[in-house]
Amino acid sequence: MNTATRPAPQAAFVAPKDLRPQEPAPVSNRGIYGWSRAHLFGSVGQVLLTLLGIFVVYVTIPPLLKFFIFDAVWSGAGRDACLPEKIGRPVGACWPFIYAKFNQILYGFYPESERWRVNVVYFLGAALLAPLLFPKVPYKRLNALAFFGVYPVVCFVLLTGGNLSFNNFLLGGTGLENLSGSFAGLRLSYWVQFIIVTGLACGIAALAAPVFGGSRRGAVHGTLSAFGILALVLLAMDLDFGLQEVETRQWGGLLVTLVIAVTGIVVSLPLGILLALGRRSNLPLVKISSIVFIEFWRGVPLITVLFFATYMLPLFLPGRFSIDGLLRALVGVALFASAYMAEVVRGGLQAIPKGQYEGAQAMGLRSGLMMRLVILPQALKLVIPGIVNNFIGLFKDTTLVLIVSIFDLLGILRASFTDPSWATPTTLFTGFGFAGLVYFVFCYGMSRYSMALEKRLDRSNRH
Amino acid sequence: MTDARWSEPAPTRRRWSWTDPALRSAVIQIALGIALIWLAWSFFANAQANLARQGIASGFGFLDNSAGFGITQTLIPYSESMSYGRAFLVGLLNTLLVAFLGIILATILGFLVGVARLSENVVIKALASAYVEVTRNLPPLFQILFWYLAVLAAMPNPRQSWGFGLQPLFNFLADSFAGIGFAPLSSMFRALAGDVAGPSVFVNNRGLVVPRPVFESGFVWVVVAFFVAIVALMLIARWAKARQFATGQQFPVFWTGFGLIVGLPIVTCFALGVPVTLETPHLQGFNFVGGIRVIPEFVSLLLALSIYTAGFIAEIVRAGILAVSKGQTEAAKSLGLRSGPTLRLVVIPQAMRVIVPPLTSQYLNITKNSTLGVAVGYPDLFAIFAGTTLNQTGQAIEIIAITMAVYLTISILTSMLMGWYNKRVALVER
Repeated sequence: MNTATRPAPQAAFVAPKDLRPQEPAPVSNRGIYGWSRAHLFGSVGQVLLTLLGIFVVYVTIPPLLKFFIFDAVWSGAGRDACLPEKIGRPVGACWPFIYAKFNQILYGFYPESERWRVNVVYFLGAALLAPLLFPKVPYKRLNALAFFGVYPVVCFVLLTGGNLSFNNFLLGGTGLENLSGSFAGLRLSYWVQFIIVTGLACGIAALAAPVFGGSRRGAVHGTLSAFGILALVLLAMDLDFGLQEVETRQWGGLLVTLVIAVTGIVVSLPLGILLALGRRSNLPLVKISSIVFIEFWRGVPLITVLFFATYMLPLFLPGRFSIDGLLRALVGVALFASAYMAEVVRGGLQAIPKGQYEGAQAMGLRSGLMMRLVILPQALKLVIPGIVNNFIGLFKDTTLVLIVSIFDLLGILRASFTDPSWATPTTLFTGFGFAGLVYFVFCYGMSRYSMALEKRLDRSNRH
Repeated sequence: MTDARWSEPAPTRRRWSWTDPALRSAVIQIALGIALIWLAWSFFANAQANLARQGIASGFGFLDNSAGFGITQTLIPYSESMSYGRAFLVGLLNTLLVAFLGIILATILGFLVGVARLSENVVIKALASAYVEVTRNLPPLFQILFWYLAVLAAMPNPRQSWGFGLQPLFNFLADSFAGIGFAPLSSMFRALAGDVAGPSVFVNNRGLVVPRPVFESGFVWVVVAFFVAIVALMLIARWAKARQFATGQQFPVFWTGFGLIVGLPIVTCFALGVPVTLETPHLQGFNFVGGIRVIPEFVSLLLALSIYTAGFIAEIVRAGILAVSKGQTEAAKSLGLRSGPTLRLVVIPQAMRVIVPPLTSQYLNITKNSTLGVAVGYPDLFAIFAGTTLNQTGQAIEIIAITMAVYLTISILTSMLMGWYNKRVALVER
């Protein structure tokens, strides 16, 4: 106990620093041997698992390769080329079936002479989207405006043929509809009404402007530019470009799949942002109606939404409207997608620290400006991966329209399975293999992209 | 107090102002309210006018009318002469059946794949990753159609059905061992194959045929024994916990419970002379008689939904396990816990907190995706009600409203349960 009397411990021997050189890790832990011990053959259980895995690979990969490549028929004119008894060998995938149906897969029943229009749409889409996806390419704002704003209008005109011949703009029963006269597909009655409505809207905006803390001049200015943009869009749809009208019943295949997916994303993004802001609003009525809207669409399956849009929506609209079948599905998909988008955006809004809001308020920004300049740019950047994931889900969901008799990629293939001139034992597997590859390439590509983006954002967010 | 310089200025009446936030919020809300009411009113008026013009009846009276169509899979007695209301119930039960079984299968498969993705073994890890990537990136409807049109339709006809049972398995083993030259094992399995009955589960292009258990009256006691075992286990668990708190002694509750719950019903069953028999299906003419026939629509829907959702569950499980930091495991080990208790008491409870909320939303997705069965003709709620009944009666508003209400109710109930669970397991932070 008495520490004072104990002599201080003295080292009897101190090893020189390099008495023994540091030994390398044992052989069992390094090199190929060590790696395979750790990852393949460490214990009896490991060996069994490895063998099981190799067995699974053995029963799946070689037969797939054999079916789709080695035993496949690559050329031929009809079903005879793919019948084992005709060509005298086991037959795998029947690729001539896909060549024969390739135009249908790309364009559906779009008239042959007009298919260049679809090609232009595909090409423009790719040309606008590709630079948007790479963060290093400049002019992002302009690019996004072109893709989300201009491109849909161009697509609409090219694909349908435009020339809608609008008749009335909100002032139907006032006698203005009797104005006759038209020029290049534009009707006088419609555009006179449009100008009157613009004037009225400017008046209302000027009246209400002070309530929202803006100047009357600014409000009129804003309203005029909004109506100006609307006029440009409507003008593009209304003008007669001399394109033949193609009904949406004739669309099909990948065209319909992409139209639905792109419309879904383009409409759901702004609507979703509005709904997310509404859900976080302080105004009880705004908040409650946003919550009800979001939770309702998220709570029901998409197919009931499509049925709602196909069978119920026409009953809710005035009798003189007859809505196109594809448009009904588009409305359903857009409503559904915007509810999901709202939740993704809300996640981003919640992740922004309170200090950002307070900072913006301390700078004297009004709530609209605070959202536009401070909160949304940060929140949206945070949720880009979520938005891409949403888009993957939407892309997979487009297949559901085949239940309401719209022929998307899967629908076209399913219809061509019944073609007797291609009835072979392997037609079905070939078709599913091809469609599966298309869906996989799109979805897997998007998910990889979203992951890469997430990594990149993660790096830039690290303080 | 008496210092006049610091007295508050008398509150002046607030001047009326254009930019008063209260006024602004009132204006916005009144405008929104008017817009919503106008929308609802115009929907209502248009619907009335349209229905009258097309001569469609309205109201829910049709639910009592005779349905007049057959349903290929019914869990409760149903015939064509019964009402639409009854058909609705049949469909609801079919939806719940496929959702329930899908949830169980997807959970098992998903947990297996999720754990496999974290395996040290590179082959298993790669296989699990491939599974997740392939199943998650193919649309569920594509998968349903694939199983239905390509796989099940390519099965042999009933006369050449694939049979599954012990006998084919023993024969297969005997053949394999004979193939690699193990004569004694081969003859042993051959003898075993001769002893057991023939195949009892059949797969063909008309679906799946499985044996039907036929319960005799004594079987009630087996069920009673099962519940008695559960009650006994609860009592034992409470006692064991109290004893451990008092004395520190542990009691093997898990194994006792396992023995009780499995053992007691089995013992009762044998004591009563096995009051249950299996009615095995057999081929008669061109089809099977006896047993339970599972329609191919059900099989393809169940397979596709479980395989698709298992991919998502695997990712959830993986993320959940990775979310438990390594320090937790190390701390548990340094406290002297063996690997079993480490998993059970430390890792799993914390992983579950991360896993359960997204898992529930996947369960909800299975329920909602079961509507896709309409593409292959599985008679679920949606196919029967929004499909056939809507076609026959034309009462789109009522029917779609009821269908949506059912799914909405399921969703809301689930999210309420979720909220309750989240509150229960939430971290209590100081």
